[in-house]
Amino acid sequence: MKRMLIGALVALLCGLSVPAFADQLMMVRSTQTFPEAMLRLQEEIKARGYSLSRVQRVDVGLTGMGYQTDLYRVVFFGKPEEIRRLSREYPQMIPYLPLKIAVFAEDGDTLLVATRPSEFARLFDDPELSGIFARWEADMDALFDAMRVAE
Amino acid sequence: MYRWFILLCLFFPLLTQADAPGDVIDGARLYARHCAACHGMRGDGGVGVPLRLPDFQAGVSDAYFERTIRLGRPGRVMPAFRDLDDVEVSAIIRHVRSWAVTDAPPHDATPVRGDVKRGAGLFAKHCAVCHGAQGEGGAGTGVTFSRPRDLPVIAPALNNPGFLTAASDRMIRDTVARGRAGTPMVSFREQGFSEQDLDDVVAYMRSFGERPYDVPIDASDEPATLVFDSPHDLVTTVEALVRAAEGRNFRHIRTQTLEEGLWPEGEDDPHQVVVYFCNFEFLNRALQVDPRVGLFLPCRVTAVERDGRVQVLAINPKRLSSHYNNRELNRMCEEMYGLYVEIIEEATL
Repeated sequence: MKRMLIGALVALLCGLSVPAFADQLMMVRSTQTFPEAMLRLQEEIKARGYSLSRVQRVDVGLTGMGYQTDLYRVVFFGKPEEIRRLSREYPQMIPYLPLKIAVFAEDGDTLLVATRPSEFARLFDDPELSGIFARWEADMDALFDAMRVAE
Repeated sequence: MYRWFILLCLFFPLLTQADAPGDVIDGARLYARHCAACHGMRGDGGVGVPLRLPDFQAGVSDAYFERTIRLGRPGRVMPAFRDLDDVEVSAIIRHVRSWAVTDAPPHDATPVRGDVKRGAGLFAKHCAVCHGAQGEGGAGTGVTFSRPRDLPVIAPALNNPGFLTAASDRMIRDTVARGRAGTPMVSFREQGFSEQDLDDVVAYMRSFGERPYDVPIDASDEPATLVFDSPHDLVTTVEALVRAAEGRNFRHIRTQTLEEGLWPEGEDDPHQVVVYFCNFEFLNRALQVDPRVGLFLPCRVTAVERDGRVQVLAINPKRLSSHYNNRELNRMCEEMYGLYVEIIEEATL
């Protein structure tokens, strides 16, 4: 009985703390400068057990071609075993792997954008995948929260 | 323990309905979570409009804020926050209002009556240059990314169901009459508009509701992934993909395995090969339409060999475009879809 009550209480508190989101993208503003935010993002990704795959320097390509741009990078990351398994068992997911976050500067702040992982559940209807997407979403929520409060 | 639990349940609603100072803190927290990414931590604007602009604060009512949060602006990036409850919305509005230097205007719901036909002429002559011939609004998002920062707002879409529901006739009339200091919107009373002119142009704008600028695209039946069979082996397919992309003015960025960077060199699966390519002119246009488009970047197709069969896979830009609530981007996603299909079809012929 006691365990049930504690469980119910925890569920109630968790439910209240679940944020309400408006759309299918996750977006956060960090008051850190772009280099600081990039460094912090990579630390936060690793802290959650993911590996960085690579960083696409979009701004470098654009300026190299003569276009004006703010700093803009795309960070690719994932869990190696998980990416391998998903790509083999769910090949339709391959174009969406590994995960990525777009990072760009806006004046002194840095904006981060990612596709909300739970949105993948609408693209790929599979009970096993839904569990994975829910875990990714929890990790991304925590990661974006950490970026929001980072000073 | 059981008694403690009952007591906690009884008092929990009181604990969560915070008093005034608590509401202010909650409003700031909610704003930071849901609004600051686009509108800036201090409401200075960015992807979204600058909310702390004194003349904006003086020109819009709390009801306008409330309806805007609830309904968003379909097709114009601002999403509808349907999951926020009334308390949360009120807390956000209070936080945004903490930047105001004057009280919210007392706009009533009295309709403005005017001559729609005459208003159409005035609109075409004075308003369409910024707001578009059909009231569709200026191009792009706010002052972010490669945009001149001396223009704090892109002309809003007036022919938008979110705007038309949120704004009262009186609010529109006041805005046209007074203009909005700190933005390109001038006072049309000072430009010589009569009271009748103001009524007529408002009546015309209100008539936008009868002819929406465009209907939202429903891409929910589009497949998430484009999949094509290749008659070639993996190496030949990859070479053909690079050629086909370059033939359409894309620059080949790199070819790598899907697992490169995740697994040590030599342990990555050589049967999943990603070709990255980019058309920088297209990219530059896309980023001006929506800086969040980096999630599509760089353009890529993946060739996969399994059991002697080679397939080419890519995201379906049409399906993903709905994530952005940006009708300008929808059009670019249609264009991107066509290019992906052309490139892959040519490579797999």
